[in-house]
Amino acid sequence: MGQAAPPGSSLSLKDLRGSPQRIRRERIVRGLFFGAAALSIVISGAIVLSLFGEALTFLRNVDLGALFEPTGGWFPRRGRFDVFTIITGTLVVSLIAMLVAAPLGLGAALYLSEYAKPRVRKFLKPILEILAGVPSVVMGYFALTWIAPNLIDSVCAAPKAFNLGAAGIAVGLLITPLVASVAEDSFRSVPMALREASYGMGARQRTTVTSIVFPAAVSGVVASLILGLSRAIGETMVVAIAAGATGGSLFTLDPCGPGQTMTAAMTSLAIGSDQVRGSEGTFESLFFVGLVLFFITLMLNLLSERFVRRVRQRY
Amino acid sequence: MAARTEALTTRDIVLKDLTKGARTDIKGQGFQILLLLSLLISLLFLVVLLLDIFFNALPVLQERGISDVIEKPVSSLAERAGVSQGIYGSLLLTAFVVVIAFPLGIGAAVYLEEYAADTRFNRFINVNVRNLAGVPSVVFGLLGLALFVKLFSSFTGGRTVLSAGLTLAILVLPLVIITAAEAIRAVPNSIREAGYGVGATKWEVIRSHVLPSAAPGILTGTVLSLSRAIGETAPLLMVGAVSGFFAVQADTVWDRLQSNFTALPVIVYNWARQPSEGFRELVSVAIIVLLVLTLSANAIAIVLRNRYDRKW
Repeated sequence: MGQAAPPGSSLSLKDLRGSPQRIRRERIVRGLFFGAAALSIVISGAIVLSLFGEALTFLRNVDLGALFEPTGGWFPRRGRFDVFTIITGTLVVSLIAMLVAAPLGLGAALYLSEYAKPRVRKFLKPILEILAGVPSVVMGYFALTWIAPNLIDSVCAAPKAFNLGAAGIAVGLLITPLVASVAEDSFRSVPMALREASYGMGARQRTTVTSIVFPAAVSGVVASLILGLSRAIGETMVVAIAAGATGGSLFTLDPCGPGQTMTAAMTSLAIGSDQVRGSEGTFESLFFVGLVLFFITLMLNLLSERFVRRVRQRY
Repeated sequence: MAARTEALTTRDIVLKDLTKGARTDIKGQGFQILLLLSLLISLLFLVVLLLDIFFNALPVLQERGISDVIEKPVSSLAERAGVSQGIYGSLLLTAFVVVIAFPLGIGAAVYLEEYAADTRFNRFINVNVRNLAGVPSVVFGLLGLALFVKLFSSFTGGRTVLSAGLTLAILVLPLVIITAAEAIRAVPNSIREAGYGVGATKWEVIRSHVLPSAAPGILTGTVLSLSRAIGETAPLLMVGAVSGFFAVQADTVWDRLQSNFTALPVIVYNWARQPSEGFRELVSVAIIVLLVLTLSANAIAIVLRNRYDRKW
């Protein structure tokens, strides 16, 4: 202990500090990773700024009364910008989509999480995920060529080839896997002990599922539905292909006839050889609609996030 | 003797009571069947969709064969039109996703999972990424239109491959970050501690321990985002994909990136809107090509995940 270390082998502070080269490399790497993560904030900022910029120009150039003129409809190339027309169109499509996706998605989620044997689940779930991988243009084509003539024609009295109903059903099919997957996660996160307690009281499986598992996971169910709704509102290609009304639409609530949603209004403004041209404010109206859409989906996403967090906190 | 008969009858009564017909839970079974049905209906639609497209495509497939459609360029005549430029464009756009979105996304995920302390700013990045993932793809198209087509037009050349590729890369970035972060989070701490125990620095631990262990999960996410990028249409329309015939005269790679573009889903969209019968049939062949690309990417991702779904 008391012996002094032999000269030359004593440790100095410098030896313990580590190689400066390694330390520098650590700093650089950390900086690069941070830059990549911070980029996401730059992207969000760029989205908000670019939308706001052009939308403000639009609002400044357009008579504000024209934005709420139900008789005018949405014909941006003719200077008619009744926003309610395309918002109602969006609501009709997403409502139909939710009527399809909520029962199908939640039913599938309950079956996969509560009833399916592991082997069956391993086989069925990937197929459901394949459905989620179908591109939305393809689903739009399917809505136009199969859903409209086969399903809508049998329900509607005077069906049109292009209609909101077929688009709504197709959007519903597109978001079913999403609803199912989020809901299934929340059903599976309900602790086994709750189910066992229910069985211990002599409850049957159906009773356990409907009055224990479902209520316990209700936050997740709500989150899955909100997320699905948000996706349905933002879905573009299905509506652009199957709902018709390129160029504009009058105010309509009729699911059997053509109509236009916010997203379809945007694509129909952007396509064509003449690109975005027309009366004054046409190009900027694109960004105004985009801004409205962005905020609606943002609110819905934040809301669903809250519900998801509630499930996570409890179990 | 008498006592014994009595005991037997009690047993019989109980047995009878337990196995009585009324005990079979008809309502419960009905409920289960209902649930299974809702799952099967969605799958049935998938089957109908595939069959519908296949039978629509059949006449063209018999007449021209799929390779003819794949090799020919876009044309205004249905009998001569093909998707070669679309496939080329889609592959070119995918390259942007691979080169830009994958490294940035994985890097951001590493920062969020390995470096980020629980500060307000880092939580904000997290929330921000999840919200970006929920932003509709048309809105990303608008961003591309305002940013790459208009603002940086001197660099991108306007409505070009470059603008579209950058837009798609930004679009799938949040998806890559989220899936990669999940994969990195699943790596147990003991793996990291083993690295630190032999004196490795943070970056050395990440490079030699964390990333290799998370690789299958990260790969699954990247393949999924590729499939998404191939099928995405709306942002390409916003950024200005060419809908008709076009020729590319390009000598250098840079010229090629600054030229007009189209993509497979854009061709599908344009043909689906054509009123003529010929295109109605031809579009289903284009859809088959598109589905083969996206669904095979999806299937690969699912298989990868199931195979490497390790429980630590």
